[in-house]
Amino acid sequence: MDRNEVFIKVGKSSLNYWREVWRQRELFWILGKRDVMVRYKQTILGVAWGVIRPLLTALVMVFAFGKIAKLEQDSSIPYILVVIPGVIIWLFFSQSLSQISNSIVGNGNLVSKVYFPRIIIPFSSLLVGLLDAMIAFAMFFAFCIYFQFLPGWHFFFAPIFLILAYLAAFGSGLFASVLNVKYRDIAQIIPFIVQFGYFISPVAYSSERVKTEWWYPIYNLNPVAGAIDGLRWCLLGDFAKFNWQSFIPMLIFVIISVLFSIWFFRKNENSFVDHL
Amino acid sequence: MKAISIENISKKYILSHKKKNYQNLKESVSGFFGELFTSKDDEETKEIFWALRDVSFDIEQGDRIGIVGSNGAGKSTLLKILSRITEPSSGQVKVNGRMASLLEVGTGFHPDLTGRENIFLNGAILGMKQQEIKHQFDEIVSFAGIEKFLDTPVKRYSSGMYVRLGFAIAAHLEPEILIVDEVLAVGDSEFQKKCLGKMKDVSSSGRTILFVSHNSTAIQGLCNKAAFLKKGSLVKYGEVGEVLHDYMTSISKFQLQQIWETPDNAPGNDQVRIKNIEIIPEFINGSKNIDVRTPLKINIEFWNMLESAHLNLSVFLYNMTGECVFNVGSQAKTFSKGLIKGRLEIPANFLNDGSYYISAMIVKDTADPIYFMEDAISFDVADWREGTNWYGKWPGAIRPINIQVQTWKVDGLI
Repeated sequence: MDRNEVFIKVGKSSLNYWREVWRQRELFWILGKRDVMVRYKQTILGVAWGVIRPLLTALVMVFAFGKIAKLEQDSSIPYILVVIPGVIIWLFFSQSLSQISNSIVGNGNLVSKVYFPRIIIPFSSLLVGLLDAMIAFAMFFAFCIYFQFLPGWHFFFAPIFLILAYLAAFGSGLFASVLNVKYRDIAQIIPFIVQFGYFISPVAYSSERVKTEWWYPIYNLNPVAGAIDGLRWCLLGDFAKFNWQSFIPMLIFVIISVLFSIWFFRKNENSFVDHL
Repeated sequence: MKAISIENISKKYILSHKKKNYQNLKESVSGFFGELFTSKDDEETKEIFWALRDVSFDIEQGDRIGIVGSNGAGKSTLLKILSRITEPSSGQVKVNGRMASLLEVGTGFHPDLTGRENIFLNGAILGMKQQEIKHQFDEIVSFAGIEKFLDTPVKRYSSGMYVRLGFAIAAHLEPEILIVDEVLAVGDSEFQKKCLGKMKDVSSSGRTILFVSHNSTAIQGLCNKAAFLKKGSLVKYGEVGEVLHDYMTSISKFQLQQIWETPDNAPGNDQVRIKNIEIIPEFINGSKNIDVRTPLKINIEFWNMLESAHLNLSVFLYNMTGECVFNVGSQAKTFSKGLIKGRLEIPANFLNDGSYYISAMIVKDTADPIYFMEDAISFDVADWREGTNWYGKWPGAIRPINIQVQTWKVDGLI
């Protein structure tokens, strides 16, 4: 057995923080698995909900944006294929964001009774969203088969954009989770963002439509825009050009927000209990 | 080798008191708008509360430390700092070894998951590897006695099953340092016995244990050292018997004597007045507090103001729940005016452990109670036992050890 020497001191968590995280990696799986298992307990439809939610979201958006707003006229491929990548990213992002931002408060019983590197909790909420995203991908392929549409080689970049979307949610959610411990206002704000966020992200429309607007650079500060543009490029190939204008701001957002919130989280994690 | 060394640990909390206390909706609405325009500092007073203050002691490897103290003494705060749940405001702790803490039974159980799933979840949360849990799975299940309910969600468990499962998992942890808080206060006496037995096994395997409990008998039996905290400070740290004695003395509300010098202010009436009522323990073997082995002498003195009265003295002993354990009386005698003294002795090995109250009654003509002094004095009897591995509460109003149960063999097996 390796020697464990721990110093407990003011404002200083263990020196071997990341080694400890690595040692407890099983806990990451277990907590993630718990969330997945609990998700559809006592439901009749079970995992089918994983299909129903993105499907209904996509159908409603096709109806509202494609039929009513008549955006589908400009599209050379079935409009639902344009919408689904947006829905996949948006559901994945918004779900991860709400889970992560609530993770510390929601697991308050653990935080106040047992020690382990706290960052495992928000991190482990990745699994639930990932599972749903996988199911939504399967749904996309079902539509591809139906419309006889073949995604190109770009497809292999899809995981990268999923990870980037997760990191964007992680960066902002982690910051919010720390604030939420002390200020429960966060728990009020997040559902609000989740509810209206898709209007300011190219979920149900292509970002081509807003590219020429003067406010487009501001629009791109939203990291979800970059992730959706990216995933659309992966899945639709030539029908959606790779968009550097949204990709670069997203990358910068992800790097800064993740580094900053990890620093912020570690600075505060030892005093969570006092505010829970 | 030192397992844990604690150096000047302090933990402070800032309490803010709001002066305004809104009683109804109208007041809270107007109060809210009022606050928008005034600075909050005027209305909030801050107070620093020290949950722990400059606590230092060292724990050697293999030590079994009991932590005692009344509510709010900082025991749980200390455990929380040691188990790294919260950080100290100042000071530092050096921990040497793999540590697991058990501040609650069944931490992180998810009500919707089955017993089986929760064993793996809770084990992982407590720091066990999945491999270890698989290895000990059957043992955990049989220790908890929930074989039949393994695949039932724990929300359908009875509270006893829930607690048993929680403790069973924790009991199979194998850390070098184990921190346990008050978990034995739950479950039926059967299960408590099992838990204490398990704790004893763990402690005899040479691991370091920190154990907070109000059950001083359990601490006496399991620990070799104890730390006594009072209002956040360490009062005493050392050999378990001495520390427990200091602790027991400080918490017991007993009053061994009540005395009045003159009849003027003494309790009573124009017929009799009490002068002195006291209890004198006869300590044996150098012990310093009353335990079940201590014989007790009770003296009662009263002034008789009647010229010639046929009086007897009646003494009542009550236990903590207010039940009368016994009532004994003196022979009635005729006394002239003056100071009268009565005495009785409660033999050793007669009372059970617990708190007792004594009341005295003076009776005239063997039928007419002329004065009844209720709850005149009180005392605590501490527990003491040997030759047993059981540390639960000894049942019974009294514990007359001298009533012996004989056993002998009369025949072989048929």
